[in-house]
Amino acid sequence: MRKFYTLLAREVRSYFHSPIAYVVLVFFLLVSGVDFYFQVSFMNQRPASYSVQEAFFNSVFFWFAFVLIFPLITMRLFAEEFKLGTIEPLMTAPVRDSQVVLAKFFGALVFYIALWLPTLLYFAIFQKITHQPAANSTGAYWGSYLMLLLLGMFYLSIGCLASVVTKNQIVAAIIAFCAITLLFFLGLVQFILLDVSSRMRDALGYFSAIEHMGTYSRGIIDTRPIVLYLSMTGLMLALTYQAFQSRKWRV
Amino acid sequence: MIKVESLTKRYAGQTAIRDLNFEVGQGEIMGFLGPNGAGKTTTMRILAGFMPATSGRASIAGFDVFEQSLQARSRLGYMPENVPLYNDMRVTEYLDYRAALKGVPHRRVAERVGDVKELCGLREVERKLIGTLSKGYRQRVGLADALVNEPELLILDEPTIGLDPNQIRQVRELIKNLGKQHTILLSTHILPEVEMTCSRVIIIHKGRIEACDTPDNLLGQIRQAGGVVVEAKTGNDDGAEELKKISGVREVMTDQDNDWKIFSLRVESGLDVREEIFRLAAARKWTLRELSQRRATLEDVFVEITHSDEAEMSS
Repeated sequence: MRKFYTLLAREVRSYFHSPIAYVVLVFFLLVSGVDFYFQVSFMNQRPASYSVQEAFFNSVFFWFAFVLIFPLITMRLFAEEFKLGTIEPLMTAPVRDSQVVLAKFFGALVFYIALWLPTLLYFAIFQKITHQPAANSTGAYWGSYLMLLLLGMFYLSIGCLASVVTKNQIVAAIIAFCAITLLFFLGLVQFILLDVSSRMRDALGYFSAIEHMGTYSRGIIDTRPIVLYLSMTGLMLALTYQAFQSRKWRV
Repeated sequence: MIKVESLTKRYAGQTAIRDLNFEVGQGEIMGFLGPNGAGKTTTMRILAGFMPATSGRASIAGFDVFEQSLQARSRLGYMPENVPLYNDMRVTEYLDYRAALKGVPHRRVAERVGDVKELCGLREVERKLIGTLSKGYRQRVGLADALVNEPELLILDEPTIGLDPNQIRQVRELIKNLGKQHTILLSTHILPEVEMTCSRVIIIHKGRIEACDTPDNLLGQIRQAGGVVVEAKTGNDDGAEELKKISGVREVMTDQDNDWKIFSLRVESGLDVREEIFRLAAARKWTLRELSQRRATLEDVFVEITHSDEAEMSS
C-alpha cells in the first residue's frame, strides 16, 4: 500500500510541476466561470423552471469544456514515461504493474477533483449575493458532483488506455479525444436520428451522459448509471493493465 | 548471486542474445564487455526484470527474475543506460521517492538518501531540478538511485558513458569501493575500465559469450600477446632482418624517425626477447635509445575475439 501511495503522490505532484496543469486549470475555470455568469444572467431575465445549479451542469459550455479536459489530463500519464525512458527505472523497482496503473489513474482523478473544487465557490457566492440557494435541494449538489465523479472516472480511464498504447502524447490525446467525443455523441443519437426504432433510441439513451447529468443534477440518484460507469471504468482499467503488461512481449 | 542458464532473447527477426550461460558470485565485480549491439543491454534488462527472455532462465539471489520478479527486483539496484530521470523533480525529492518505492523503511529514508548523496557527491546539487543537471551529475543521481536501498546486487549499464576523464576516474573509484560490499555487474565498451575495476570479464559478441575469465587469464590466453618496441641507430644494418632471426619474434614493422629506426615487434606470448635484442645490439654496435615491452591489453583480447569471429563469418 505504501508503494501505491508513493506512486500516487508522485503522479499528483508531477501534475502541479507541469505547465499543462495550470493551463488546463485556468482554461477550465475561465470557461466554467463565464458559463456560470451567462446562466445566472439568463435566468435573471425570465422565470425559469430549473435551478441555477441545474442549468450550469447542462449547458453547452459545460459539455464543451468537459470533453476537452480529459485528453489534456491523461495524455502524458504513460506516454511520457515511455518517451523519456523513465519506465525503465520505474518498472525495475519492486512495484507491480497494477500498482502503477492504479496510481496513474487515481493521480489523474485527484487532479480532476482539484479542477472541480473551485466551482463549489460559484454556488456559495450565488447564495451570499442573492440570499437564495443555487439549487432546490442538497441532493442536487450531491447528485451533480457524484455524476461529475462517475463520468470523470470513466473518461479518465479511457484516457489512461489511450496513453498506454503510444509513446506520443499528442497521439494519446487524439485517441482519447475521439473516443470520448464518439461516446458522448452516442448519447445524442436519440435526439438526432429520428428514423431509428424507439427501442434503439431508448437503448442509446441509457448511455447518454447528458441524460444522466440531467437527472442527477435535479437530485435524482438513479443507480443504473452508477453501475454503468463504475463497471466501464473497471473494464477500461483492466484493458489498460493488459496493454501495459504487453510492453514486455512486444518488441 | 546471478545465475543465467541458456538465456535467449529474440526480437522480431533477430536474435539479440543466444544461449547465454554464466554465474556471478557474491562480492564479484563482473565486467560485461562487447561492441555496441552485442546484447549487453538486453541481458541486463532481462536480469533487472524489465523484459522477459524468450527462453532460458535467470535468477538473482535464488529468485527467478521472471517468476519471482518482485523479490528479485527488491534485491538489486539497476542503473539503465543513459539514465532516464524525471526532469521535473529535485534531486533529494527524487531519491526520497525512489527510496520509498524500493521499500526502504520510512524512518531510514532520510538517512539512506543522505548517505548516497554523500557517497555520490550530490550534496551541492541536492536542491536542483534534475532537468538542469549536467550529464555527469545525472549519472551520479542514477548511481545514487541504484544504491539507495542497499541492494545486494548492482547492475550498471555503461556507468561512465558520456563523462569527462575526471568524472570517469571518480565513478571508477566509487565502483571499486562499492565492490567491497556489493556484487556488481557492469557493462562498458571502454576496455581500460574493465581492466582496472573488474575481477572477472565476460566478452559478449553478436549475442554469444566469447570468453569469460579474469582479466589476467584472458591476457594469458591470447596468441599474439605482447610486443616489443626497439628504437635504435643501426648504421649500415637493415635492423629488421637481424631482429627477425631472434627466436620468438613473429613480425617486425619498421618506422623511421630522422636517423632513428623504430621497430615494433610482435612476439610469441610468454617470451621475453629483450635480453636477446640487447646482445644483438651490442654485437652489431647499434645505438639503443629505447627497448621496451608493451603489455597486451584487453583491447588485444577484444580485437582478437571479435575479429576472428568476423573472419569466420566471412569465410
